[in-house]
Amino acid sequence: MNTRMENFCTNPAKARFSGALFQGICTAFIAFLLFVFIVGLPADLNIHNELQITPQFGYLFNYVLIAGAGRFTWCYSGGGIRGAVLAFFPGIILFIAYRAWLYYISAAVAGNYVFSIQFGQLAITAIMLAALLAAAWLFLYSSRIRSAIAGNIAAITPAMQRYAPGMIIALLLIYPVFIVTFVVDNMAQSQKWIDNYAIQILIYVMLAWGLNIVVGLAGLLDLGYVAFYAVGAYTVALLGNHFGFSFWLCLPIAGIFAALWGVMIGFPVLRLRGDYLAIVTLAFGEIVRTILQNWTPVTGGANGLFVKKATFFGIPFERGPNGFAAFFGMKFQAAHYKIFLYYIIVTLLILMAWIITRLRRLPIGRVWEALREDEIACRSLGINTVTAKLSAFATGAMFGGFAGAFFAARQGRADYTSFVFMESVIVLAIVVLGGMGSLSGIAIAAIVMIGGMELLREIPSSLQMIFGPDFRPEQYRMLWFGLAMVCVMILKPRGFVSSRTPSAFLNRKKAVPGHFTVEGNG
Amino acid sequence: MTAYKQKPVSKDMILKVEHLRMQFGGLVAIDDLNFDVERGKITAIIGPNGAGKTTVFNCITGFYRPTGGMLTLKRANGEMHRLERLANFQITKKAKVARTFQNIRLFNGLTVLENLLVAQHNRLMRASGMSIFGLLGLPGYKHAAKNAIENAGAWLEKIKLVDRADDPAGSLPYGDQRRLEIARAMCTDPELLCLDEPAAGLNPRESLALNELLLSIRSETDTSILLIEHDMSVVMEISDHIIVLEYGSKISDGTPDNIRNDPRVIAAYLGVEDEEMDEVEELLDEAKGDAAPAGETTDKLDGTTVSIEKRSRP
Repeated sequence: MNTRMENFCTNPAKARFSGALFQGICTAFIAFLLFVFIVGLPADLNIHNELQITPQFGYLFNYVLIAGAGRFTWCYSGGGIRGAVLAFFPGIILFIAYRAWLYYISAAVAGNYVFSIQFGQLAITAIMLAALLAAAWLFLYSSRIRSAIAGNIAAITPAMQRYAPGMIIALLLIYPVFIVTFVVDNMAQSQKWIDNYAIQILIYVMLAWGLNIVVGLAGLLDLGYVAFYAVGAYTVALLGNHFGFSFWLCLPIAGIFAALWGVMIGFPVLRLRGDYLAIVTLAFGEIVRTILQNWTPVTGGANGLFVKKATFFGIPFERGPNGFAAFFGMKFQAAHYKIFLYYIIVTLLILMAWIITRLRRLPIGRVWEALREDEIACRSLGINTVTAKLSAFATGAMFGGFAGAFFAARQGRADYTSFVFMESVIVLAIVVLGGMGSLSGIAIAAIVMIGGMELLREIPSSLQMIFGPDFRPEQYRMLWFGLAMVCVMILKPRGFVSSRTPSAFLNRKKAVPGHFTVEGNG
Repeated sequence: MTAYKQKPVSKDMILKVEHLRMQFGGLVAIDDLNFDVERGKITAIIGPNGAGKTTVFNCITGFYRPTGGMLTLKRANGEMHRLERLANFQITKKAKVARTFQNIRLFNGLTVLENLLVAQHNRLMRASGMSIFGLLGLPGYKHAAKNAIENAGAWLEKIKLVDRADDPAGSLPYGDQRRLEIARAMCTDPELLCLDEPAAGLNPRESLALNELLLSIRSETDTSILLIEHDMSVVMEISDHIIVLEYGSKISDGTPDNIRNDPRVIAAYLGVEDEEMDEVEELLDEAKGDAAPAGETTDKLDGTTVSIEKRSRP
């Protein structure tokens, strides 16, 4: 006994090992308790409505082992993010090994096991996963790699800042041409690239830039932003249907209406701060959604409303002699309209970026940021914080209204299902992930989040080998998405672009590091 | 704008506080306080902790609405403002009263220069035509913006922070933050500058620099200063007039020399022993009644001073 204790105390490696082992066993036990009825003995209703228990002890054993091994690795490697990354390895190996074994058994029973091809696929997937994790680990823990990357970024930053806007605009302008010429065989196929990816991402960029004024600059947490998006869309629909206004006339009106709504919601909630403001704006968003859903005579209820398409200087996009295609002597293509819409939103976004950049350098923009930093100090400087907050609300809402009007024209209809709370959350997530207040960071976040979610639909179905034949990768996209967000928030807690660019400078323009700024509390 | 034609305030007064009362529920923080602040002078409010100094400030600058009393501010152009009726941002905007805070309230995430530009918001906002001219980039706004930066630069030179103009305000050392907050308040072009413990947390050298800054504000600008301070090296050195508060009432009022020798002040700061209590109370009664002839009071005051001094060096 005595010698064991001595050994225990004098040999730290051994102590660490036994400590980690103990932790692993405890975790495995807890995992067993958690999973025993859910995974090990799940109850199901069969076709006769009788309760049936299907024992799955193999899965249970596998999960318990994964939990225990993961905990052991995490403890043994010293914990932290590094430990968490390392802990994935045994988990993945155990998971894949078990699935491969199951697959082998079932295939062997069925007699259709083709060793070389399927084993090869499995091995490739496993290697790719391992390589991905190894890369993550290297990036996190090799200071040399990190500093090299940081150095490279620092080296190209001045050039990037100078030429980036022009280059991005050029890229945006040639994107459809590039897709149509090089990527797809015929125009009809360009739909996926231009509509599903580009236009959708750009709509979210627009929404997030608008919300950024309220949340990122003025520091007012608004969870009901989607209401302004809805106001924009329904303005276009209602004015178009009842008064025959064209899209181009409706667009500015939608912005103005949304701004009015911004003032209307802003005024009563101005005295609220932080969480309270968030809850009231959330409720406002839900009120608008409920009205749209239930006021059937006006909003069309669940059917929504028809919205006229936008026209090219009065020339409609339709089949026939008066259409756009006929006017320019081309064959009619549905994709023409999508490409036209793409150029509309690119133009709107360029205009918006210009306005927001300008506003930030004007006294009004500076006061928004000052409000976020310290409202009481603002008042002590003779600043009317009520009008400053209202102007932030109104400007943000206006851009939301433009986005809504565009969205309605793109969909060809406006219905409430597009304006649910989840949309507000996604837009807010883009703002937070991008780095509050930064236009470029938010654009990157929108590309990563919306583009990523679309891309995840296309996960190769070869993964079905590992995850079983009923695995449908697109169902897991929200899970991956959540995981990615957690990782980004751990690595970059203040978003992709955390520093802020000052609005004026005396000697030299220097970015303000993120940890000096505050998020604001309403 | 509310410009009042009230009973005349004597010509060299900038602020007249009359019968000010501030009550929080059952607690009377300030009771029937009267004092004047002279134009172009540095006036200090001192008093033990909890005497109600910051409450007076919050009443003057509109962060509290007084329970009773009248605060009359007379601007150099003759406009009169009743401060207790103005919203707090209007007090800075219209009545030209600026303030700093006991715990520094800078915009930490904005640069030093931006802090000074935010203070010039109202002027710039007018120049930018409520942002519309500014958005269009009209020359009128550009000119105003350039002037604002120049004005900020001049203040930065005065507080010796030109080199750090483009650093975030939160990265400055404590003493620099104090001076920056004063410069920021000065950028609103105030006629009355209220400083809440500007020397708190400063080392002796920084205190000295602060004295210089305040004296230069007095001599070079038209701004009168009202300050709360515990640091007697600052108060006695630079103030022209001192007001002493205790338990929400004024116990003394005069030049630094008068205050230094006032037994009531000494009693308030150092406390008195039981056997001297009667004597002091008598004095206080007389002072309240304003009945005692000046000569007698002085005699008695001297007596008390001596006795306290005796006790203070055992």
